Amino acid sequence: MATAQKKLKKELTINLGPQHPSTHGVLRLVLDLDGETVVKCTPHVGYLHRGTEKLGENSTYLSAMPLMDRLDYVSSMTNDVAYCLAVERLFGIMAPERAQYIRTIVSEMTRISSHILWLGTHALDIGAMTVFLYSFREREWILDLFEMLCGARLTVSYPRIGGVRNDVSQEFIDSLYKFTAEFPARILEYETLIDQNRIWLQRTKGIGVISAEEAINWGLSGPTLRGSGVTYDIRKHFPYDAYDKVDFDVPVGQHGDVYDRYRCRMEEMRQSIRIIRQCLEKLPRGPVMAPDAPKLTLPAKEKVLADMESMIHHFVLITKGPMTGQSGEVYSAIEAPKGELGIYFVSDGTGKPYRMRLRSPSFVHVSALPRLSEGALVADVIANIGSVDVVLGECDR
Amino acid sequence: MEPKEIAERIKESFPADVREIAFFAGQTSVTVGKDSIKDILRFLHDTPELYFDYLADLCGVDYLGKKEPRFEVVYNLYSIRHRHFIRIRAEVPAEDCSIESAVDIWAGANWHERECFDLFGITFKGHPDMRRILMPEDWEGHPLRKDYPLKSDLGSMEWRGYTELLKTVEKNSQYEVR
Repeated sequence: MATAQKKLKKELTINLGPQHPSTHGVLRLVLDLDGETVVKCTPHVGYLHRGTEKLGENSTYLSAMPLMDRLDYVSSMTNDVAYCLAVERLFGIMAPERAQYIRTIVSEMTRISSHILWLGTHALDIGAMTVFLYSFREREWILDLFEMLCGARLTVSYPRIGGVRNDVSQEFIDSLYKFTAEFPARILEYETLIDQNRIWLQRTKGIGVISAEEAINWGLSGPTLRGSGVTYDIRKHFPYDAYDKVDFDVPVGQHGDVYDRYRCRMEEMRQSIRIIRQCLEKLPRGPVMAPDAPKLTLPAKEKVLADMESMIHHFVLITKGPMTGQSGEVYSAIEAPKGELGIYFVSDGTGKPYRMRLRSPSFVHVSALPRLSEGALVADVIANIGSVDVVLGECDR
Repeated sequence: MEPKEIAERIKESFPADVREIAFFAGQTSVTVGKDSIKDILRFLHDTPELYFDYLADLCGVDYLGKKEPRFEVVYNLYSIRHRHFIRIRAEVPAEDCSIESAVDIWAGANWHERECFDLFGITFKGHPDMRRILMPEDWEGHPLRKDYPLKSDLGSMEWRGYTELLKTVEKNSQYEVR
């Protein structure tokens, strides 16, 4: 009898992941358990490390773009926007107004698609399967719109340094308008499914609580930080593209628990619809590529075939990269769906960045998982992983 | 507060440590020596008018053959309360490749410092858990150093498709027009 009791008290170490559906990718957590309580949680990352920073330092500013698509692969559009903005700030150019509006539209579409993917998988982890099926329907709609816009659905590479690749068609604008008219009703639909659901409330309310000061200290960002009541949104603090020309609110939570982070993301989707609506209504006429940066942006194909000067620009840009840079450094961050996606460039004046650093929100959020999970139950670990919204492609880079 | 004023404040308080103040693309960076980096960061975090509560980013840079000292650890700091931004660059020489850890000022520095150790080989003194993070535990070398090759010579372990391609290129080179 005595030995049996001794055995029951023994701590158990279990390995969660890297191949586990509720760890959202190849995240591995080693959990030391006392009964069902987590005593220690040790995350192991790096299974998806592809050396994006090293590859970026060895390719020109123009050719590193496809690498960005593969960071946070469920919101590739915002990664590209972050990259283009960082290069533009480094070289001191601005995208034309129409391109800025288009970028704002596609960024917000990406935010919606990322949040509904998050909602579906998070609810699936906690045990509400229906939401997953509904949310994928709307995600498909957005991906179809992306396909209409640029021909690609996931790895889009649509924004360009100094603008966007091609102008939007009237057909796209009409379909997107229809989407913005119908989507708010769909958000209501999701909320009817889970907002009053007793199981959902018990699994999320008061779980994974982090105070505002502590969340800032841990470097959390995006909805994960705003769930704790901090109004830090880069779209408001450092407005980029057309965010200073549109009107929107920044939803914040109060308690900093899983439920508040869920509410923040739901409200953010409504705000995204508002932003898209305003952008579509205000969309100015004009070019979509910066005309004043011929040594930085690729010339039009028909010009390359007919004009000597353009052909030389094209050749130099492809082989050596933009050669107009000065030595300097810039840290540029945007509000990606997951949080603050920062890019830090050190330039030595050549066509390749001397140092390219990617500050990904998921990396920081995974590092805070032990803080959220230790002392909680194993089931809460799953809720926490879902609520900080991580994508491992971005975490491991 | 304007970034320029913040830089002046740092220079006032730590005159012996500030090496350079640079302005580029609307951002200010202060280059400092590594000896009192912890005091400088603590000063930036604790002074009420500065109050840099948010460590946006921490990373290493390798300036091999470009300048001395070889390494830099870069802190991008932001104050959510006051809405101002500054960059601190701490110089780290290759002979003594270590710097004080900032984990007890910002908890979020933990993994950034581990990553910096993993990819650059800069050790952080006082860090609670100095292990590799992205690369496997038994990995040799620090991949983001400039003298670390982008691609290694794998010899017989090279992917077959690639060696076949190389053979084709060699075979075709005899037809090249010179």
